[in-house]
Amino acid sequence: MTESPTGTVNYLNHTKTIKSWLLTLDHKRIGIMYLVAVSLAFLAGGILAMMVRVELMAPEEIIMGADAYNQTFTLHAVLMIFAFIIPAIPAVMGNFVLPIQIGAKDVAFPRLNLASFYIYLIGAVVALSALLVGRVDGGWTFYTPYSTSIGDGILFITMGVFIMGFSSILTGLNFVVTVHKMRAPGMTWNRLPLFVWSIYATGIVQVLATPVIGITVLLLFLEKTLQIGIFDPALGGDPVLFQHFFWFYSHPAVYIMILPAFGIISDLMGAFSRTRVAGYRFVALSSVAIAFLGCLVWGHHMFVSGQSAVSSVIFSLLTFLIGIPTGVKVINWVTTMYRGSVQLKTPMLYAIAFLFTFSIGGFTGIMLGVLALDVHLHDTYFVVAHFHYVMMGGNVIAALGGLHYWWPKMTGKEFNEPLGKIAAFLVFVGFNLTFIPQFIMGTQGMPRRYYTYLPEYQSYHLWSTYGSWVLGAGLFLIMFYLLASLFKGKKAGLNTWGALSLEWTHTTTPPDHHNFTELPVVTRGAYDFHLARHLFEDGKEVSEVASSSAE
Amino acid sequence: MGDNGSVWLPDAASTLAGEVDALFWFVFWASTVIFAAVIVAKVYFMFRYRRKDENYIPEPVKESKWLETAWIVLPTILVLIVFTWGFDLFVKLNTAPPDSYEITVRGGQWTWEFEYAEGASSFTELYVPVGKAIKLNMSSTDVLHSFFVPAFRIKHDVLPNRYTSVWFKAEQLGEYQIFCTEYCGTEHSTMLAKVVVVSEEDFAAWLAENSVDLPPEELGEQLFAQCSVCHSVDGTAGIGPALNGLFGTTRALADGSSVTADEDYLSQSILDPASQVAEGFQPIMPAGYSGMTAKQIDGLIAYIKTLE
Repeated sequence: MTESPTGTVNYLNHTKTIKSWLLTLDHKRIGIMYLVAVSLAFLAGGILAMMVRVELMAPEEIIMGADAYNQTFTLHAVLMIFAFIIPAIPAVMGNFVLPIQIGAKDVAFPRLNLASFYIYLIGAVVALSALLVGRVDGGWTFYTPYSTSIGDGILFITMGVFIMGFSSILTGLNFVVTVHKMRAPGMTWNRLPLFVWSIYATGIVQVLATPVIGITVLLLFLEKTLQIGIFDPALGGDPVLFQHFFWFYSHPAVYIMILPAFGIISDLMGAFSRTRVAGYRFVALSSVAIAFLGCLVWGHHMFVSGQSAVSSVIFSLLTFLIGIPTGVKVINWVTTMYRGSVQLKTPMLYAIAFLFTFSIGGFTGIMLGVLALDVHLHDTYFVVAHFHYVMMGGNVIAALGGLHYWWPKMTGKEFNEPLGKIAAFLVFVGFNLTFIPQFIMGTQGMPRRYYTYLPEYQSYHLWSTYGSWVLGAGLFLIMFYLLASLFKGKKAGLNTWGALSLEWTHTTTPPDHHNFTELPVVTRGAYDFHLARHLFEDGKEVSEVASSSAE
Repeated sequence: MGDNGSVWLPDAASTLAGEVDALFWFVFWASTVIFAAVIVAKVYFMFRYRRKDENYIPEPVKESKWLETAWIVLPTILVLIVFTWGFDLFVKLNTAPPDSYEITVRGGQWTWEFEYAEGASSFTELYVPVGKAIKLNMSSTDVLHSFFVPAFRIKHDVLPNRYTSVWFKAEQLGEYQIFCTEYCGTEHSTMLAKVVVVSEEDFAAWLAENSVDLPPEELGEQLFAQCSVCHSVDGTAGIGPALNGLFGTTRALADGSSVTADEDYLSQSILDPASQVAEGFQPIMPAGYSGMTAKQIDGLIAYIKTLE
């Protein structure tokens, strides 16, 4: 392997056959393959969302009837949740960046890593094949007994989810072991980038919680095929039991969705403020605490389901207590900028946007946790807006920030920064315009999962749809200039942003197949800019790679 | 939107709706104020500390322990206040007054049926008197549904294997939207109904009008469906005696006495079956029919009289 201080020979081009990609054990190549896959899932899920919003422009039929609509929103959610959000940040950015950030050559189990990718693909295909089998509606929550009454399509979707679950479990397991066992000399836990801490905490949740959804869909499958009465009252089962099983995973799942996003935001705030992330210890440890405590609050999805009032009270209290550390994190990210040196490049714009949109998601989550308010708000558009604010305004905004941040390192190309800023603006404005009207119609009583609606809600739906067009334009613009950068982008330097984590200071751009030419010895934390002043001199790239003065 | 609605909330048309709204506004404004503070700080910092020199590395800021403690403790206090308030109101929302007037609600794909104790029933229009506590006992005939009245701020899932309930006391006359709010199939979004709040007199009138739709014999024949499991009408022996040709004859009882099978006998047999068991039969008729109304018993008696 030719060492190439300038990155001319790197992980992308050192071998070029299809086989060398499809059978790669390189975490970076696996990350790129995941990027392609989840981007396709996001594109498909996004198009379904645009279709939903077009249909909702008026109470009458516009482009599809009720049955088609009900299946469209169901598929939108299943794709976005299982094929996009849950894998995306860990499998793309976790894979690419985490081993480098801890100073390792790869993850602990590279073959398992590749297996996770193929398991994900197989699961996604199985889930999608449900479309060929028959109707699948009922939302991604598939509450019984409706879900077991609608035909065999659900068997394929649930088996697809079952299979994809294994990808999630194995990825999480891999990362947890990697962080424990493969940190370079001097890389103490306290020096880790917060992105690593967040992927670590996510891995814990993935391993603990995902088996529960596996068992749940398996039981659903068995009930439908063998007519065992577990959830269906006609067979002697209990429909609320399904909800308990389902949410016991699906609530921790939202932490799988948001913790990696928190990690990206921490890295962005640190890098683009050129100073310590405020409350580092708190942010790191509370993420791990949330991984465990988040398994205790599932019943806040079920306040009006028929579960006992006593359990509802306990779930509400725990939900609030777990919300506090998250709020403190937001305050920490804001105060990170205090007396810092803030640069508002595109990745940072997403972090700034995140603080706005995720906070709204958080406060509206508090509102939903209030028992007496949830009675009114449950199953209305208020909930739809809330979860889009945390999932899209949280995870997707952070993922876009991370994608832009690591794009030069991953591809060796710079994207067009002015277009980046324009697209970030379109995404921010479009997103808020799409979902703020949904809060208002929710408090006004507009139920969710409604194909048609009363005329008094139409103006909110119209504005929401217009917003989705602005949002869609922003997202398509991103796709355009990122793809264009691959062909026409300026060659990226060693450390585009001047950040201090190992992927920026100790690798070429793009990185070498083995990440490092020699094992890094770590003497400072990922945000200890004040200990690295010698790297910030005129004309020099902020890098410890041998030829850093040559470019 | 209505008389006392606002941009955010519909009419508050029940006694507890106003209390729910008060809590909503408290959480809304507290959140808005804190959110605004965070965003103002964010925007201020991002411009005040804008990078001017690419080589400048700031000194790390010393963490302030008291500030950190404050911003953990203060939100915790706020959250506990809001939790307690929400808990308290939740208890009220879940505790129907003991003298509530009860109505049965049955949800089924894709309509709502309301049944009143007096025998009245209605589809899609839930007539209730103003100013009286109403308790709805709900169940589903098929899949999960959910009963939601935004103007009253009440909601509960409707299950196929259990009864669940909500209660309200409507404060003003009018019609208020009922939505199904748990996805239940193709017509989920058209499974609508209305609460029709009328004066007590109008309610009594409506009830009377809707309860006498059926002549007594027809009401009785309808009700007899649940009796026919044990009692035939064609002389076939079953778990219970056949009832055709019974009325007006002398009935031998298990204890050796005999009695005329008149209206009183029939009435007592329904309300207290164990007291007069027919000879040759077991005392196993369920006591549950003691809840039948006078009108229902009249109907059954009228029907049984017609059986020859």
